[in-house]
Amino acid sequence: MHEFRMPSLGADMEAGTLVEWNMKPGQTVKRGDIVAVVETQKGAVDIEIWEDGIVDRLLVEPGTTVPVGEPIALLRGEGEAAAPAQAAAPAVAGPALAPALAAEKVARAAHAARVKVSPAARRRAAELGVDVARVAASAADGVVSLADVERAAQPARPPTPGKAAEADRAAAMRAAIGAAMAKSKREIPHYYLGATIDVTRALSWLEQQNAGRPVAERILFAAVLLRATAQALAEVPELNGHWRDGRLQMAPAVHLGVGIALRGGGLVAPAIHDAEKKNAAEIMRALGDLITRARSGGLRSSELSDATITVTNLGEQGVEEVYGVIYPPQVALVGFGKVLPRAWADGASIVVRQTLRATLAADHRASVGHRGALFLSALERLLLEPEKLA
Amino acid sequence: MTRENIRAALIEALCAIAPEGDYAGLRGDRPLREQLDIDSFDFLNVVIRLHDKLGVDIPEAEYRKLATLDSAIDYLAARLG
Repeated sequence: MHEFRMPSLGADMEAGTLVEWNMKPGQTVKRGDIVAVVETQKGAVDIEIWEDGIVDRLLVEPGTTVPVGEPIALLRGEGEAAAPAQAAAPAVAGPALAPALAAEKVARAAHAARVKVSPAARRRAAELGVDVARVAASAADGVVSLADVERAAQPARPPTPGKAAEADRAAAMRAAIGAAMAKSKREIPHYYLGATIDVTRALSWLEQQNAGRPVAERILFAAVLLRATAQALAEVPELNGHWRDGRLQMAPAVHLGVGIALRGGGLVAPAIHDAEKKNAAEIMRALGDLITRARSGGLRSSELSDATITVTNLGEQGVEEVYGVIYPPQVALVGFGKVLPRAWADGASIVVRQTLRATLAADHRASVGHRGALFLSALERLLLEPEKLA
Repeated sequence: MTRENIRAALIEALCAIAPEGDYAGLRGDRPLREQLDIDSFDFLNVVIRLHDKLGVDIPEAEYRKLATLDSAIDYLAARLG
């Protein structure tokens, strides 16, 4: 008999609220199947199961908030006897994820068909007691938005507005991120490196590529940067992995965490799996898919828990460089700033080139500055030969 | 296609991508990116929707002409005119 536990979907998660089960006792499940939906401070997440088995018993009812690591279901192997029946399975009453998340309201939505709902809208629906399954999406993509939920709540809306609850939720999310980042700063001896990289060739190469592509298949420069990062890591593998049990565990594949800002505040860093095997167009497709699901609900648990390194790109906000805080238990974070024209020495003359500040924050327990510098120079070399990044 | 029709198509595309924006308070002469908190991925999706809806293929080099609502309407009116 195996216990299936509430997974940790990142170092800043303490608990999750079960929204719905997609499996029932007696059902056979396979590793990777999506077996439940869990509401977190970062939206609804599809939970994948990590081993094959037969569902013996569900230990938790939808609507229950469960701390990370608590058993939520029992699985048995093929041919294994069922567990002795017990009195009604005790629902684990964990600390409330956020006061705003009224459990029974989430539960009411749980049995309805799965609808696409933005994380902000799902939270608001829980606050207002709106069943998201009954809310019509106004947008063409069928995703229920915050405005849809508020419209649906109009007649039944209680006299006390949800502003206080919204503030509580935002505070809870900040506290969770704060706790994870404090742990990072307390435990990880960060070192920081930066390099200014000439991306003129990379940009013009991409422009040529995109000129020959249909609108829907155009590649963003961010995808090229992610591709270059995944390739450069092959040369300095000690930046790619996790620090666990007092030692570095290098990861065989690059699961590239990408910082994605959520509408209405908040941040998630889900992973593009096996990024080292994907070309620029494949990275772009994976990135588009991740951003869309991050904002509509529907990220998978593996994407939130197995990133081996994270990339943050704050260039669009006009920032020239970013010195990141490593997301534990990862051992490095790569930052990209805004693409800017800079005066550049080319031999004996000064020319204007499009440039970018790339930075590395890395864990000194796992790597040394010399190796970190090699990573940044590999990144620069790859971006100077963009044809190789196709 | 009238400017009103173009404006409606633009707003519809933006709404689909950034449904939580403040469309009532949207100013025509200020950057859409700032007002609606859209990034380059959102913007690419708006361009894709405009292509599907209006049949306009907007080259990357001309994205900057869509920076504000007013300039985008001017640009699309010229392209469709």
